[in-house]
Amino acid sequence: MTMLESLLVVLPEVILTLGATDLLLVAAFSTKPNLGRRVSIYAVLMLIACGLSLLGPAGDGGAVFGGLYNADAFSTFSKILIYASAAIAILMAPRFFDRRGEMRPEYPILILLSALGMGFMVSSGDLMMLYIGLEMQSLAAYVLASFMRQDTRSAEAGLKYFVLGALASGILLYGVSLIYGFTGTTSYEGIGIAMASGMSTGELFGLVFVLAGLAFKISAVPFHMWTPDVYEGAPTPVTAFFATAPKIAAVALAIRVMFDALAPATDAWQQIVIFVALASIALGAVAAIGQSNIKRLLAYSSINNIGFALIGIAAGTQAGVAATLSYMTIYVVMTLGSFLCVLQMRDADGRPVEGIASLAGLSKSQPALAAAFAIFMFSLAGIPPLLGFWGKFLVFDAAVAAGLFPLAVIGIALSVIGAYYYLRIIKTIYFDDAATPYAPANSVVENGLIALTAATVSPLGYLLVPFLALTAGNAAAALF
Amino acid sequence: MIGLGHYLVVGAILFVMGVLGIFLNRKNIIIILMAIELILLAVNINLVAFSAFLGDIVGQVFAMFVLTVAAGEAAIGLAILVIYFRGRGTIAVDDVNRMKG
Repeated sequence: MTMLESLLVVLPEVILTLGATDLLLVAAFSTKPNLGRRVSIYAVLMLIACGLSLLGPAGDGGAVFGGLYNADAFSTFSKILIYASAAIAILMAPRFFDRRGEMRPEYPILILLSALGMGFMVSSGDLMMLYIGLEMQSLAAYVLASFMRQDTRSAEAGLKYFVLGALASGILLYGVSLIYGFTGTTSYEGIGIAMASGMSTGELFGLVFVLAGLAFKISAVPFHMWTPDVYEGAPTPVTAFFATAPKIAAVALAIRVMFDALAPATDAWQQIVIFVALASIALGAVAAIGQSNIKRLLAYSSINNIGFALIGIAAGTQAGVAATLSYMTIYVVMTLGSFLCVLQMRDADGRPVEGIASLAGLSKSQPALAAAFAIFMFSLAGIPPLLGFWGKFLVFDAAVAAGLFPLAVIGIALSVIGAYYYLRIIKTIYFDDAATPYAPANSVVENGLIALTAATVSPLGYLLVPFLALTAGNAAAALF
Repeated sequence: MIGLGHYLVVGAILFVMGVLGIFLNRKNIIIILMAIELILLAVNINLVAFSAFLGDIVGQVFAMFVLTVAAGEAAIGLAILVIYFRGRGTIAVDDVNRMKG
């Protein structure tokens, strides 16, 4: 394969690298007014171009650069989700930052750089690529969390995210060094071959460390402690970004590592994943009950949801991986919708409000927004006929098919507990005495996105299910 | 004769010191940054030792990548620390508590 052909396979990353660095120069030297919005538009166009480039060799070019990078149906599926959620995270930002006069052009650029790292993560075919992709994603994310420099909560969120994220990277890296040392290679394929002939203690240690690092990145229990603080402190558009794109990338990376490199050790990691999944669902459901801040509540909700997604991985089958991918797709739509609704919570002066109590009476002052909120909460709770139910059904179906009955039963029981706090929000919106009304939600882009996501998770979304099942099935088949 | 085991023990000790440095330290966030560097150093010792004893160059290449990323990480960490200090006027670990729950 010539250099040019290889570069065509990594085309999305080439576009993002050149594009983000170019935009950085524009941001540094341009004197035009309204620079933040201009750069945002270019950034969204760039993400669309990346998505379109996946139609070419970048979508199915196979392994390039000596197996460091894989372009297959699995990476394509994950990348489309990542680019779409990154684009929406950029689109929802300008109005939020404008209120504080902080819509700086660095915001879309950092999102692009983070998306670049995620592309490397989901396409990685080697532990070296895994580490570089993970760090490129994380380093941009640390800066995004502390983006509002004047706000002490944002700075504190960035600091906490940085310290715990760097610790997780260190733990993961230590595991990587052990796996390299005891198998003699860093390529997933080579590790799979080396482990097929039995696992040494060193390899087992390496596996545990790597899984711990990955669990941190997807904020699964017991490595979830950073999530509520970072979600609460970071600016809301950044929180929406953290809850979607990096989660997809980290889950996809975990799937790749477990099914490509660690496939012979399935028995070893399956127990860990089952424990982590149940612990995440339980903690996400119980700890969210006492929360009064909507962003903190959604943080626990994301921990809870990651637990359900892990059930599909725990099944260890192709159907399980397809179920996890479908679950993550639906989760991303629900989460983006919820955060778009949270963005509309502003008092008369336009300051963001985050208390759940302030939602009271929303059904009277803004019936459309209240209905959208209700749809997202019912869907997150997994109540049929909304699309959130379908995701949960798929992962439990995969777990039962793999013979993991106790896992499925405990998971379903815990999901009932989790439904409580979602329903509590709906009760606040529809039945509590009216609080001070919010400022009217009048942004065309944001209202359009809310309508779009709400329609997708409504029963209409089932029209998309055959398409989703087909693409997720193809993506999962690429790994087996 | 110093063997692979000796290097791995040094690496493991440094790694544990780094992790404990993050969790037991109650004073200063700068010390946490130093502990993070210690962890990455432990990994580098592991990688280079394995590379030398396996006769495989990949470990040393990996160590170069880790060094580079560690430099970037330290720069971003210090930058975040500076804006945090500007807002709060302190970098004591016990004072990082605006959000709890």
